[in-house]
Amino acid sequence: MMAVHLPYEHKYLRHKKKFPHVWCPGCGIGILMGSIIRAIIDLDWKKDDVVVSSGIGCTSRMPVYLDFNTLHTTHGRALAFSTGVKLANPTLKVITVMGDGDALAIGGNHIIHTARRNMDMTAIVVNNNNYGMTGGQFSPTTPEGARTSTTPYGMMEPNFDVCDLMSGAGATFVARGTVYHVMELDRIFKRAMEKKGFSVVEVLSPCPTSFGRANNQADPVDMMESLRDDTVTVKQATKMKQQDLEGKILRGIFRDVDVPEYLDRYEELCQRARERLEMNQ
Amino acid sequence: MKTDPAGVLTGTHYFDGDWACGEGAMAAGCRFVAGYPITPSTEVVERISGRFPTMGGTFIQMEDELGSMAAVVGAAWTGTKCMTVTSGPGFSLMMENIGLGAMMETPCVVVNVQRGGPSTGLPTMTGQADIMQARWGSHGDYELISLSPQSPQEAFDLVIEAFNLSELYRVPVMFMMDECVGHMTEKVIIPPAEEIEIVQRKLSDKSPEEYLPYDFEGKEIPEIIRAGDGYRFHTTGLTHDKRGYPVMSAECQEFNVRHLVDKIRQNADDIVRYDEEQIDGADVVVIAYGITARVTRMAIDMAREKGVKVGFMRLIVVWPFPEKRIRELAGNVKGFVVPEINYGQVVLEVERCAAGKSTTVGVPHGGGGVHDPEVILEAIMGAAQ
Ligand code: SF4
Repeated sequence: MMAVHLPYEHKYLRHKKKFPHVWCPGCGIGILMGSIIRAIIDLDWKKDDVVVSSGIGCTSRMPVYLDFNTLHTTHGRALAFSTGVKLANPTLKVITVMGDGDALAIGGNHIIHTARRNMDMTAIVVNNNNYGMTGGQFSPTTPEGARTSTTPYGMMEPNFDVCDLMSGAGATFVARGTVYHVMELDRIFKRAMEKKGFSVVEVLSPCPTSFGRANNQADPVDMMESLRDDTVTVKQATKMKQQDLEGKILRGIFRDVDVPEYLDRYEELCQRARERLEMNQ
Repeated sequence: MKTDPAGVLTGTHYFDGDWACGEGAMAAGCRFVAGYPITPSTEVVERISGRFPTMGGTFIQMEDELGSMAAVVGAAWTGTKCMTVTSGPGFSLMMENIGLGAMMETPCVVVNVQRGGPSTGLPTMTGQADIMQARWGSHGDYELISLSPQSPQEAFDLVIEAFNLSELYRVPVMFMMDECVGHMTEKVIIPPAEEIEIVQRKLSDKSPEEYLPYDFEGKEIPEIIRAGDGYRFHTTGLTHDKRGYPVMSAECQEFNVRHLVDKIRQNADDIVRYDEEQIDGADVVVIAYGITARVTRMAIDMAREKGVKVGFMRLIVVWPFPEKRIRELAGNVKGFVVPEINYGQVVLEVERCAAGKSTTVGVPHGGGGVHDPEVILEAIMGAAQ
């Protein structure tokens, strides 16, 4: 079990400078922000070495509260900024936080290519099933049939499974957690961040204000209970019957493979180029 | 200060403008380039991708131009000199993060080897119709700097200047080549490293406790820092205060945007750069930039042979515009003639500054080629009447 870090967590916040935050009561984003901090504490990363970047949306407001090097960039592009940061200074530890619309709709091209390249960074995709900040429009992860402000008759389109998508694109570590299962999330984040390669964690997080209200779950407690009741771990699932798994969402680590990392490959390439230059001189 | 010799290929070369621009960037100390292939600019990154690995530079080919510009702005916050390279269609996509670069006050260079547009236009043929987009192509209010080289030698020399200006004023600098200059091959002399003056990024020496990323008075440029040095800054595309933290108010917007505009407008006298010849006593002054400046010279010679007193002003820095100088000349000359490979962009600025005291005649060209000097001559003769 992981220790309780409350007093330490506060040292990782810009609490004297930037609070109160913008998030609604009952929102899950603050909970996973705590998990990110605890994972960083557990890894013993120095605050000065950590870069957190984000795009646009409720989740992407997170960096301003965190006492690291923080970049709040444009909608969908956060991973491309992070790629520049990591490549220009590989000693930095780079974490990118994005919402589901940010990461998968407007940022869809960037996230699949970032996964393909396999640069040593961590992406956290906070999935609350809709665009919360702009008033609850549907996103690529809105479940079929769900109501949102732009699907008043129910979501018609199929949705993405973030973890399947990322595994297919080549991310070397892919996992899913929820803000209800906080200790588990702490451990998943730690594993993702220490992974050498591109790691992605999808976090299911309630948005009572936008998604909940539109789908008879305006009470944040109900939404948290759904996270408890509607999800099972990969391990639990192996012992369950097919019909009991119907409608359940899996939590845990889906992929953890070792593949040569981008910056290592680039260093090898530079070595080859230098050797060739010497030969020609 | 003098540049790092690692990036300087001292000697006399026979390069096209694209290669010369790439060599200039490396000589300026650029060590990060992100790009996406697009004609007629691709030779710049081809050159760089071959040379960077032996000098500690990093080139990445991104998934698109949105990502290229984003990677450049990100990399710049590690203290690295950065550049991206594109042409019209890619330039349009970059506008999003050029705006962010302006808002975050990020030094970097964006090369646009212009082709004919709009849309896909003429991929392999020349144009100068992105010059207004270079100024205000991203949404919102801001001012940037744009330069326009007329030859491969200048592509080398001026891109160094572009990096220097980006460091001094903390802005993305638009390096507006045109396809003709990019693909024209000429002699390019690269001087020894110790003769190349560069502006090194001046990192703040304030303590992290004292340091504020957007602290300035009037037209001052705020001091910059980089990730990893203990400052733990925040930077954002949102309207922000001195600390870089978002503040959603009209007052903060005024503080923020006014600075983005003032730091260029109020410093314009130091940034503006042009060549002049035979302006004194001229009846007509021709104003041109990039490849069009070279074609214009021929038309001017022809006009002088006919006895017309013609002066020539070549814009090297196009934005900020040499407003003051044009206002001085207005009233003293009969007319300004402005040939450019577009349907009238810089000419509008000339006309505004001439303020009705001299006539202003544009010589438009849709792109895909350069002007026929005879057409410029005709405009000069008309303006001299
Ligand atoms: S709108 Fe939804 S996601 Fe956004 S802060 Fe409120 S509850 Fe959280």
